Amino acid sequence: MSRTISQYLAHIILIVGVLLMVVPIWIIFASSTHDNGTILSQGMHWGLGDQLIENYDRVLNKRGGFSQEITASSMFINSFIMAFGIATLTVLTSLMSAYTIVYFRFKLAVPIFWIIFLTLLVPLELRIMPSYQVVSNLGLVNTYTGLILPLSASAIATFFFRQFYRSVPDELLEAAKLDGANSWKFFIDFLVPLSKTMIAAMFIFMFVYGYNQYLWPLIMTTDEKYWTVVMGMKIIFMSWGVERFAYIILSMIPPVLVVIFLQRWFIQGLFQTK
Amino acid sequence: MKKVQFSSYFTQYFFVAPQLAIILIFLYLPIYQTFTDAFTTQDAFGFGRYFSGFDNFIFAMSDATYLRAFKFTIIFICVITFFSCSIGLLLAVQANNVIHGKSAYKTLLIWPYAIAPAVVGVTANYFFSERLGILYSFFHNLWGFNWYDNIYDAYIYVFIAATWKQISANFIFFLAGLQTIQKSIIEASMIDCKSNFRRFWTITFPLLMPTTFFLIIINITYSFFDTLGIIDTTTIGAPSGETKTLVFKAYIDGFRGLDIGSAGAQSIVMMLIVLVITVFQFRFIEGRIHYN
Repeated sequence: MSRTISQYLAHIILIVGVLLMVVPIWIIFASSTHDNGTILSQGMHWGLGDQLIENYDRVLNKRGGFSQEITASSMFINSFIMAFGIATLTVLTSLMSAYTIVYFRFKLAVPIFWIIFLTLLVPLELRIMPSYQVVSNLGLVNTYTGLILPLSASAIATFFFRQFYRSVPDELLEAAKLDGANSWKFFIDFLVPLSKTMIAAMFIFMFVYGYNQYLWPLIMTTDEKYWTVVMGMKIIFMSWGVERFAYIILSMIPPVLVVIFLQRWFIQGLFQTK
Repeated sequence: MKKVQFSSYFTQYFFVAPQLAIILIFLYLPIYQTFTDAFTTQDAFGFGRYFSGFDNFIFAMSDATYLRAFKFTIIFICVITFFSCSIGLLLAVQANNVIHGKSAYKTLLIWPYAIAPAVVGVTANYFFSERLGILYSFFHNLWGFNWYDNIYDAYIYVFIAATWKQISANFIFFLAGLQTIQKSIIEASMIDCKSNFRRFWTITFPLLMPTTFFLIIINITYSFFDTLGIIDTTTIGAPSGETKTLVFKAYIDGFRGLDIGSAGAQSIVMMLIVLVITVFQFRFIEGRIHYN
């Protein structure tokens, strides 16, 4: 096959792929700019309408839910608090515990390693009932702490940091030791700055993971004040027509923007260990 | 492990303590609770629970709906893994080949990674709704598609939603995998083998095995656990529980049916499945992979 033909073929396949990804969301977006009557009588639209600002304004500021006291904006704030909390806490604790696992020699090293990594076998979906029982016994139902902590009990980031630390040459530690650095100094002055890309990647990964949580907030928050965007999608605004299209679009914007604009960090970090 | 390490009486515990504390309270405590739930049964008066051995397991497994969910989960995992892997690989190979517009394609193909499964489900819901759905009417005109009644049509519905969401994750990892293959190997193979197609299957694909292997595990985990949000926003198990995955069924039995014992037993069985998959991958697959 000649080079030009294979180039054309590649472009055609890629364009089909891009359309497969973009068209469904475009239809939702285009439909969200029409008024309710148009959609209900004519179905979803490919072209834009003239109700863009009105619809999105209504979604963000109209009060909904059972109590008619919460708005989509307040749910966005909750989502951000949860995603940010999960990302920060997971990255921080994983960065530290991976340090212990890789850089310290002590008797309990092997058991601690297994205690941490066995957790990879048990995602939240498998322990959702008992997690709820534990959280409610601790009085954390309907709190941000209750939303954040159980989702931060994850060893995925620890695993990545461990892989990364192991790729750091031994000479670095030898040199640092010769210069009289102790374990604290080595961690703060050498390892953390070296891990910057990895920290960024894990932060993005955990942020998207936290923002996109559905089941945990759904069972955890009986008080509407703590509802998040993704979990509220199914229950809130049930009766709305066009506004739900707008709500879908709004709900995907934050994580999509994070991934698009930080993709370089994200991808670099994930593959640094290889 | 490292040849040079620190040894200290206290510091190592300081660094590991926060994560260990969170994991012990929010992971091991619930797991312990799962085991207690699974091996006990509520007494007739609702005062307490008594030890009942494997009763909950036998009760859960012998249920016809459990076997159905088991069957569906296996089909679901195979279909999603196969399609999202192949489409992701195809797109990644093309994106790696094109001379112009590489980064534009990359950006346009990776963003769905960031969309929540539940949001994908709600979106798919519109495309497959009887009243508004474009895909519903398209398929309906072709062969009388109706997922409300027909099991296989309902399968198609959740398969499409769940696969669509997972294509970009496969694309990202395959593209990165392709970029780690050394240029010199590809150039050398270009001299020996003129056919693009053969070169891909004999040189590039074997070199991609570590990535493929990793992605198979990622896709299995995704179809097993993350799709709960998709099922709960699309078919909710309809028609008559045919599209319930094991995870979804355990959740429904536990929360809606309030059968803690059965839900616990089902969770333990799933933990065993995950354990078996993990052991299997390390034993059988990893030994046969070529790393560069």
